[in-house]
Amino acid sequence: MTKQHANWSPYDNNGGSVVAIAGADYCVIAADTRMSTGYSILTRGYSKISKLADKAFMASSGFQADVKALQKHLTAKHLIYQHQHNKQMSCPAMAQLLSNTLYYKRFFPYYAFNVLGGLDTEGKGCVFTYDAVGSYERVGYSAQGSGSTLIMPFLDNQLKSPSPLLLPAVDAVTPLSEGEAIDLVKTVFASATERDIYTGDRLEIYVLNAHGTHHEYMELRKD
Amino acid sequence: MESNQANPSILCSPEGSQRTLYPYVTGTSVVALKYKDGILMAADMGGSYGSTLRYKSVERMKPIGKHSLLGASGEISDFQELLKYLDELVLYDNMWDDGNSLGPKEIHNYLTRVMYNRRNKFNPLWNSLVLGGVKNGEKYLGMVSMIGVNFEDNHVATGFGNHLARPILRDEWREDLSFEEGVKLLEKCMRVLLYRDRSAVNKLQIAKITGEGITISQPYSLKTFWGFSAFQNPTAGAEGSW
Repeated sequence: MTKQHANWSPYDNNGGSVVAIAGADYCVIAADTRMSTGYSILTRGYSKISKLADKAFMASSGFQADVKALQKHLTAKHLIYQHQHNKQMSCPAMAQLLSNTLYYKRFFPYYAFNVLGGLDTEGKGCVFTYDAVGSYERVGYSAQGSGSTLIMPFLDNQLKSPSPLLLPAVDAVTPLSEGEAIDLVKTVFASATERDIYTGDRLEIYVLNAHGTHHEYMELRKD
Repeated sequence: MESNQANPSILCSPEGSQRTLYPYVTGTSVVALKYKDGILMAADMGGSYGSTLRYKSVERMKPIGKHSLLGASGEISDFQELLKYLDELVLYDNMWDDGNSLGPKEIHNYLTRVMYNRRNKFNPLWNSLVLGGVKNGEKYLGMVSMIGVNFEDNHVATGFGNHLARPILRDEWREDLSFEEGVKLLEKCMRVLLYRDRSAVNKLQIAKITGEGITISQPYSLKTFWGFSAFQNPTAGAEGSW
């Protein structure tokens, strides 16, 4: 008899887009709140952004169950770090930890696509972008997830980041002001929502600067 | 941390391994919503063996401890196995006799870990689970899938219910729904599912959980109308050549 049933898979893609932009003295981390499976929407209000430390926020898309496990693991690691060092982990340190954590499962990966945004020890905005198995790079801005193919080229066009090949190295942080960066994030998500069925419902934005953390929402198309 | 890497040998040896690769006896949609005083949940009582309606009195909603209600679709045997784990969990928790008890949040989190852990072993429990509850006046409603995907919402539905019932719920759900309105809304959803989901049967239960306790209704049927001309003469205007 021939096989009638679909083969079981341990993975799913629950969609969603995430973006982070670093400025000279701020960082914007944003993600939509839609969670899907196939052509169905599971829920319209799921947060993809996780606060890992005071100055390190991770936005993740991909397989929600893996993302949850990853967030739980990193939060537990950070608690141990606080007990051992009596301080919050820096964003670059958290970036290395995230890379190692992803690579640890190289042969049964976390299906998670992350951007890590925050402020470094000098208070400068920083963004780290990853693949599912832990390759990472510090950049000035990044987009990941289902809408990244629509968002990333637009950010490239608007932000004109200096080439990472330049010698001596030129700082990758964006020249925009904080307000301009927030407006840009709102624009790219409104645009991605038009064409990407997995992006929409609501946009969640975190802004980090010297004054602390600011949190806001913007409504997106719900169709 | 050494056992969470995939073991390639279990992927390609059908003999000598016992894993659910596809379900045998399954239950269809579960629909649930928050209302003024707590949670309402509905599920029919059919148990399908493939496309054969094999069982007609399967209880797919069960109370878990004092504050939670669990509904399941998918493999019935896996659900009943899961109930054994939960009974033990609640019993052991009760034996501390410290006045604390597991609430819906804790049970939902436990289910999440069990489902995700089993998928990591490539040995899933073939269910979509709905967990509702009330504790300390706080309403809770969440879902967990076969591979550990989980979330909370004001209304949830598994399987076909996500396609057919949730659009109705999004239209008509309100936070301050009364018990009567809630039941009416669930019945509207179950009736649509009865008409359009071939594995749904007209024998269902509605369960209620509030701060006062859990009640699961006796099985009953919905009134249906099959007298539409398209139902009675489906080939009108499209007759075959013989």
